[in-house]
Amino acid sequence: MTVLQNVGNWLSERLEWEELIAPLKKKTVPRHRLSYWYFLGGITLFLFIIQVLTGILLLLYYRPGASEAFESVQYIMTQVQFGWLIRSIHSWSANLMIFTAFAHMFSVLFLKAYRKPRELTWVTGVVLLVLVMGFGFSGYLLPWNTLAFFATKVGTDIAGQVPLIGHPIMVFLRGGEEVTGATLTRFFGFHVAVLPGLVFLLLVIHLLFVQRQGMSVPPSVEKEWKENPAARRELKFFPNFALRELMAWYVGLGVLGALAALFPWNLGVKADLFASAPAGIKPEWYFLFMFQALKLIPSKIWFMDGEVVGILTFALAGLLWMLLPFFESDRKARSQQWITGISVFALVFVITMSVYGYVAK
Amino acid sequence: MAMLQSKSHASAFPRFLLATSLLLLAASLSHAQTKNSCLDCHSALPAQLGVTQEQFSHDVHEQKGLTCVSCHGGDASSDDPAQAMSRKAGWKGPIERRQIPQLCGSCHSNPDFMRRYNPGLRTDQLAQYHTSVHGKRLAAGDSKVAVCTDCHGVHDLRAPNDPQSTVYATNVAKTCSHCHSDAHYMAGYKIPTDQYAKYTTSVHSQELMVRGDLSAPTCTTCHGNHGAAPPGVASVPQVCSTCHVFQAQMYEKSSHKVAFDSAKLPGCVVCHENHAIAHPTDAKLGTGPEAVCMQCHTPGDQCDQAREQILSQLTQLNSAIKAADQQLALAEASGMEVSEARLGQNEARDALTKARVAVHSFQVKEVSANVQAGLKTANKDLAAGQQAMVERNHRRIGLGLSLLAIAIVLPGLWLYIGKIEK
Repeated sequence: MTVLQNVGNWLSERLEWEELIAPLKKKTVPRHRLSYWYFLGGITLFLFIIQVLTGILLLLYYRPGASEAFESVQYIMTQVQFGWLIRSIHSWSANLMIFTAFAHMFSVLFLKAYRKPRELTWVTGVVLLVLVMGFGFSGYLLPWNTLAFFATKVGTDIAGQVPLIGHPIMVFLRGGEEVTGATLTRFFGFHVAVLPGLVFLLLVIHLLFVQRQGMSVPPSVEKEWKENPAARRELKFFPNFALRELMAWYVGLGVLGALAALFPWNLGVKADLFASAPAGIKPEWYFLFMFQALKLIPSKIWFMDGEVVGILTFALAGLLWMLLPFFESDRKARSQQWITGISVFALVFVITMSVYGYVAK
Repeated sequence: MAMLQSKSHASAFPRFLLATSLLLLAASLSHAQTKNSCLDCHSALPAQLGVTQEQFSHDVHEQKGLTCVSCHGGDASSDDPAQAMSRKAGWKGPIERRQIPQLCGSCHSNPDFMRRYNPGLRTDQLAQYHTSVHGKRLAAGDSKVAVCTDCHGVHDLRAPNDPQSTVYATNVAKTCSHCHSDAHYMAGYKIPTDQYAKYTTSVHSQELMVRGDLSAPTCTTCHGNHGAAPPGVASVPQVCSTCHVFQAQMYEKSSHKVAFDSAKLPGCVVCHENHAIAHPTDAKLGTGPEAVCMQCHTPGDQCDQAREQILSQLTQLNSAIKAADQQLALAEASGMEVSEARLGQNEARDALTKARVAVHSFQVKEVSANVQAGLKTANKDLAAGQQAMVERNHRRIGLGLSLLAIAIVLPGLWLYIGKIEK
């Protein structure tokens, strides 16, 4: 008996982990021509873990505050051993995580994995995506550079446009009427305490749902398997699927490392509260579709302010989006077609507006 | 009830009549106060005598409540031209050019009067004008020279800080050029008429007209405005020193000051020109077409050797700064963080500027002190850029090794999966 086995037995006697990991041993993953889409959720989780680890390391040196934030990030980038790598990986990983979260969401839609009984998995997933975007928005300000400062100003201004509750929300987010050092410390609090807590809670619920309900099989594959039960194939979650996921994580790690080493995240110029906004300022790419759409809306729609109409429309669309699985009626095929149509429209809208926003002056 | 109503109406009517009469009286009084019969007629007259209400409304005097009568006298409330322009009513008749400075000065030289409108405005314009070439010539009977209205305009005279004013900083040169660039008009004065053309090519004009820096000099900055006169040979360095303080201080202590004074040469102008002052380059210290030193000095003499040393040091620092800039740009393009070194480059550039200013001492050691300080900074920045590139290469090697490790693990994992699934 090896030392490792001895330690394992010793722990097993105390924790009885055999029972704990028994479901994992039994767990299987459907194997079919579309099963590679299952990796997207895992990759997003991997990037989140990277975010937590690199975020903790950055916390060792980062100092929130208008007079110190920029300098502390500069110090991390130039003086701290491998500080540049940690910060660049944190920034790249954040962007990749939002991208893979979006991709994961659309893959769930197109593979119809939101169907009963997985409606709540979908709801928690959409809320997680919103929180992840909140991570992006709050984290973007932390280096306290010019672009971040004005992007936050524009972003919180948009929030302030919402009728009745907009202004209090804006003041709450900014810690006052204007974006100042108070906004920075507030965003820091959201970024390292509030959002991680919420995300952790929802992530556990989301993963429990996935664990409990297993992987969804797309209707087309399900139909094939029904017609030909012999074609049904499954994969043991552990170690077969987990090892494949590990391969995907390895590739993700390689991509992250390459991006961080070849294109270290730029620090920019320290924010100047009295400077005028740089021309053509734009938000981060994941907010660009909303930003561009709001720009295209006429200033007045009937008697209402165009921007307010746009913001309310996005809020309503977001709410309906979260509740999408509940619109599936008894006439499944028809309602699924309808939801697929909406999904295609949403995807085309997001891509078109993002590209338009990127190239527009 | 009907009785009450009719009584009420009966008492209301006289009150209505009284109120209406008071209103009409007030309106007619107000009309009489603001009536300006001068403009009624003169707005319909041809150019030389014509003044429209719209034109006069831009005039700073009109905006302060002055009227035609304030300068011309007469009775603006009368519609009868004979009464309006009667000597009895104080009408002064046509104002001759030679009378204009005195007329303007009657208010503008009176501190008590001017205090009511603009307490900060100087009241020595007329006194200054009398000392100017224009004023002296006018006193001598030359009515072609500029009087107040030639520069400031008349009837739509705007405040000097109004961008549409003829004497607003960016418009001054053009205003002066109306006469001074007119060769035919200036024929009798035996002075050049190319000042404006030359000025527009100068660094001063570029700063003022192109970059909009209102502190950059125009004609009046060097010549004065109301007391306009060409600065004498001896006063050129003083005039330039109002802006170029350090250069002037160094020149004052230099051997050139003594030499130029004894040769009655106009200081700064000898090397920099007067109206066509170009942006100075190090080439002025060279031996090429732009060179100025060798116009007086003999090749190989002590001064020529000093010139060569100064030029060589300036060139060395300039090259060092450029090399560091290029290196830092390369590092930045590779994503390296070199903002501290970039900031340091500003120090090096400041040192170069100081060294160029120190040229006016014509002492090698003065220039050298600044050049050495600049070189130290530029070299440090260059080293920071080079170090950043070394660091970039290390990162790439590290990346290569990491990717290699991943590339080895991936097929290994794949083979292992194949093995357990077999």
